[in-house]
Amino acid sequence: MSEAYVPVEAGFGLEEGYLSLEDILMSQERLPCRAETALPRLAAVLGKAGAEPLGSVPEGTKLEIPLWLAKGLYDNKRRVISVELPKIYKESWRTVFTADANVVDLHKLGPFYYGFGSQLLNFDSPENAEIAQTILQTFIGRFRRIMDSSQNAYNEDTSALVARLDELERVLFRVGQKGLNDFQSWEMGQASQITASSLVQNYRKRKFTDLDS
Amino acid sequence: MFGEKAIELIRELHRASDGQLPAFNEDGIRQVLEEMKALYEQNQADVNEAKSGHSELISTIKFRHCSLLRNRRCIVAYLYDRLLRIRALRWEYGSVLPNAVRFHMSAEEMEWFNQYKKSLATYMRSIGGGEGLDLTQDIKPPKSLYIEVRCLKDYGEFEIDDGTIILLKKNSQHFLPRWKCEQLIRQGILEHVLS
Repeated sequence: MSEAYVPVEAGFGLEEGYLSLEDILMSQERLPCRAETALPRLAAVLGKAGAEPLGSVPEGTKLEIPLWLAKGLYDNKRRVISVELPKIYKESWRTVFTADANVVDLHKLGPFYYGFGSQLLNFDSPENAEIAQTILQTFIGRFRRIMDSSQNAYNEDTSALVARLDELERVLFRVGQKGLNDFQSWEMGQASQITASSLVQNYRKRKFTDLDS
Repeated sequence: MFGEKAIELIRELHRASDGQLPAFNEDGIRQVLEEMKALYEQNQADVNEAKSGHSELISTIKFRHCSLLRNRRCIVAYLYDRLLRIRALRWEYGSVLPNAVRFHMSAEEMEWFNQYKKSLATYMRSIGGGEGLDLTQDIKPPKSLYIEVRCLKDYGEFEIDDGTIILLKKNSQHFLPRWKCEQLIRQGILEHVLS
């Protein structure tokens, strides 16, 4: 049974899904930047307020700003900020991913490792090619295990299996699980059974049923 | 930082990720709109100053403008995702929503739901060779015309095609035309028993 509610899908690669909740949360992740010009009257907003809240943030100040803001301010014509790489995309962590991507806890590091990493390619860093390559290889290295576990964990608690997965990987895991469950119910001849809508069931759990009142 | 209120709206909606409809956060929306108004006014003032020679203000104006656009994106995404959930309700519950769900909708959303209901009904009447076709029926291909159902709660009297009236009492079991009870099963009043 396909669900009636399908959320807006996250974007792919350099593109963000404008209306996707996933992507809005992803672009809220912060990254380190440096102010290339002074930013007058913004000291309080950026948490750099000393004596005067309407003070200026001087040129060269290190800032931690969300990705959406960095994307908006990063512009080749008028350089307001320059972007630095978050540590998990830097050389030292890239070697870790190359050594064995499977042992890394991407949920703790990310949790939007792939999405955020792809977005970093918007800023022309000299290391872009290596970042892209590492992300791709990490995915290739981890995918087999995710597919395997999602196809074989039937009727068991999967929280340990997904704990270390990135958000994108969790989506893949859920798709795999749904496929497995649908197949099992078809094998047992239950596929033709009409079931209560999952929305209704969830509302019931929260005691929202006043259908009969 | 600007945009914190807006992301809170998105988080709230994202937490209810299995398609449920949380209460319409009117207060949250209002706070975001207020922030946007403040940003706009500050920018207007600074633009006028920048025109008279203070060009160092341009970066600040840009900063606020990005925050404005971000807030707009969050609000639009919030409203749009709620509409997707409300549309799903029509297919899951049928055209009458339980009160608890209705209380979570704003007046405009209620209005939209009614319009959607009307459009869908008009469309379903127009197809099926002049007789109309209920698209919410038989979402899974039917194997037989009659099915065995068990009652999960007291529902009351229920009339079937030939005019017979049966009493749907909790734990009673019936053999009914499939198309008559499909919706009741979706709503969790009946349970489909496989033989």
